Amino acid sequence: MIRIALASQTDIAGWREAARKLLLAGVIPARVEFNIGTETLFDEGDPIPPPGDRKPVISKELLGDIQTALLHSDPERFALAYRIVFRAQTQPKIHQNPADPDMYTLRALAKSVRRDIHKMHAFVRFRKVGEENGRESFVSWFEPEHHITEAVAKFFQNRFTGMNWLIVTPEASIAWDGKKLEVGPGGQKSDVPQEDAVESEWKTYYASIFNPARLKTKAMMAEMPAKYWKNLPEAALIPGLTREAEARMNAMIDNASPDGENAPAIAVKETQAPAHASGGFDGLKPLYDALRAANDWPREDFSDRLVPGEGPKDARMMFVGEQPGDQEDQAGRPFVGPAGQLLDRAFAAAQIDRGEAYVTNAVKRFKFVQRGKRRIHSKPSNDDIEYYRWWLEQERQVVEPQVIVALGATAVRALTGKTLTISRNRSQLIDYIGSSKLLITVHPSYLLRLPDGAGQKVEFEKLVRDLSLAKSALPA
Amino acid sequence: MAQLDRSQKLEILADAAKYDASCASSGSIKRGSSKTGGIGSTTGMGICHSYAPDGRCISLLKILLTNYCMFDCHYCINRSSSGVRRAAFTVDEVVDLTLDFYKRNYIEGLFLSSGIIRSPDYTMELLVQVAKKLRIEHKFGGYIHLKTIPEADPDLLADAGLYADRLSINIELPSDAAIEEFAPEKSGPLIRKTMADLSGRITEAKVERRKSRKAPLFAPGGHSTQMIVGADASDDAAILQTSSKLYTGVGLKRVYYSAFSPIPDASKRLPLAAPPLMREHRLYQADWMLRFYGFSVSEILGGAQGGHLDLEVDPKLAWALMNRDQFPVDLNRAPREMLLRVPGLGTKGVGAILRARRFGRLRLADVERLCRSTKKMRAWIIAADWHPGRWLDGANLRSKMVRPARQMELFAA
Repeated sequence: MIRIALASQTDIAGWREAARKLLLAGVIPARVEFNIGTETLFDEGDPIPPPGDRKPVISKELLGDIQTALLHSDPERFALAYRIVFRAQTQPKIHQNPADPDMYTLRALAKSVRRDIHKMHAFVRFRKVGEENGRESFVSWFEPEHHITEAVAKFFQNRFTGMNWLIVTPEASIAWDGKKLEVGPGGQKSDVPQEDAVESEWKTYYASIFNPARLKTKAMMAEMPAKYWKNLPEAALIPGLTREAEARMNAMIDNASPDGENAPAIAVKETQAPAHASGGFDGLKPLYDALRAANDWPREDFSDRLVPGEGPKDARMMFVGEQPGDQEDQAGRPFVGPAGQLLDRAFAAAQIDRGEAYVTNAVKRFKFVQRGKRRIHSKPSNDDIEYYRWWLEQERQVVEPQVIVALGATAVRALTGKTLTISRNRSQLIDYIGSSKLLITVHPSYLLRLPDGAGQKVEFEKLVRDLSLAKSALPA
Repeated sequence: MAQLDRSQKLEILADAAKYDASCASSGSIKRGSSKTGGIGSTTGMGICHSYAPDGRCISLLKILLTNYCMFDCHYCINRSSSGVRRAAFTVDEVVDLTLDFYKRNYIEGLFLSSGIIRSPDYTMELLVQVAKKLRIEHKFGGYIHLKTIPEADPDLLADAGLYADRLSINIELPSDAAIEEFAPEKSGPLIRKTMADLSGRITEAKVERRKSRKAPLFAPGGHSTQMIVGADASDDAAILQTSSKLYTGVGLKRVYYSAFSPIPDASKRLPLAAPPLMREHRLYQADWMLRFYGFSVSEILGGAQGGHLDLEVDPKLAWALMNRDQFPVDLNRAPREMLLRVPGLGTKGVGAILRARRFGRLRLADVERLCRSTKKMRAWIIAADWHPGRWLDGANLRSKMVRPARQMELFAA
């Protein structure tokens, strides 16, 4: 038996040197034993026979795989590597055959080493120990599975050039001071500080970025095996986060539930005062005088005539429509056309006295397109609505109603600054500005557009129900 | 309101970012700090520095600059009408936090997104400032992914690409109609136009770089997007068709699928169910088939029920079950394209088989070594010592392939 003594676990150069001599002499693998250190249990073994005349050949690719695999902690690796290079002398393409059992084992070792290297790149956690001459110093403790510490040094140097660092492992340590990379002896966990100022923020981040609605601990374990946990500060949070995940998810669902105790609220976007205008009107007349006097209103496609809101200044209910129509424009009064008549019928059914309510529009002028002799209603744009929004809010502040009913999407947009879908938000008392309530429902003209009588009837009943609900919110 | 400290802001603004699926730090150029003397490198392949209990990797510091937002997208926790706690980082706070985390090797870099404040331009400008400051002032060589805002000035997008490794624009929903309904301030056509512009710039920069090494980089990691699954009524067919168009049409590197999670203070238009994680998983598998296995959307959806992928079996197996006449596949003879269609056989396995069969006919034991397991593929393949016999004709083949999947509990009593 020939015994080869390698200087250390990572003495790959020593193995290469020995393997070369052994191949030159044509020594069969069964006759060789590789040991670490000079101490052997038995005798010194046989000497390596003198070289023959065949030059050994190893492909570069195979050598690369071997060099990686030799960093593995498997004690058989040196013998395996020699067996492969020996076989490669007669089977030069052995490394290209992934089905070869020896190559399969070697590749598995190399893969495991590469994974360990990758995990060391990922799981080293530096702690800051000080600052000198503008350079920060960091230290880390890491426990790799294989003999990879020296192999990863370059990676850390290239990544953290601008700071000083030291990584200590049980087997070796590596250090960088901005000028040179140094490899030293291994150490202990207690050699390294166990705290860092930023670590609590890192844990905060870790806990916050986790979405409890998607617990998948198996996937986590596959990528971050428990053997690495002891040196990962964030890992201490895992049991707690996992335990609480279900409760947190249920809480999210409960909070989102429409049956929750809190009434739904809509955050209202602030209105912008137009130039040269200021609020605080003490009556509706001065407000409308100011609105008439304002000359920055959107004119295109609009009638010049302004149609003011109508009703007592101290009304408890306020109804907001879209814009005056053809008949409203001619009469100078809101809700007098077909939609207004339908609204009056709904008011009657819900026992609301129109004379006690304040009825107005989001946009105060009629927008239309001329078709021959007819003026066809044209939908106000978001800019149009935006222009009158501030004025509507002033109007609301003068009247100070307890309940506001938004009739249709334009009114909703004018009252909240947002585009909300009617169907999803209608028929509920929503917390609005101050202690007032907002109720969203359809515009009466929507009913007029419905084709069949039955559909109109159902929708009319829904509208009446909404109006009744709005009325019920008034303090007795 | 009392001033929040950095840690409190981090809590709010990381929480707000947890619904974003992307965390990749891969696909960029190789870069180190040896020459600059700064901090940071990218390896090209990306490194996951930690994993959260939701199984997702933590590679980047993924935060929002602010979760205040003018927009009111229903699926979004940060929509203007949401009652969520709000916070805003300053540019310097994000820069410092990124460096503090990076130097401790917690992260590969930064993934910065933001609610839209004041105006899309203003917000985009802040995002660019963070990236610029990191790169120029701090010689930061780590990965930077910026979420861009489609409504912002294209010039700002051009700036962003100079400092970021990757840019992304979230499409969020597969159809323009759904975007209009759920994200009233956004526009599908505008999003796609911005993506196409971005794609043009990326290609242009690549061409320039081929001519000269000194030409400036522009988002070398490409661009990506995210689609939310399960918030609207779109089916898998609609989602995959959109993805396919995005891959081929505007050259996206990745489409991320994010199962809609119930969010606190959710808009009432959204489902309150648990997130459809299995659906998300199937979409990723189908996406993989599109990108790496040479399947077309119509092939993948051949067996779909009501536009949805089969939740019981993976889409490749579903395709095989529908196309049994194309099996069994002889591993020792079949061309690469057909090997890629064998259930249980991945791109790596196919590569290994192609290399190994030059050395002799493969037996089942050889395949077992090359592919780790042959369990899933046995019914579909022929090897030197293996033929599935009449397996493929069996009426119960499907039920044999379906395993009741249950997630393992880590801390079960």
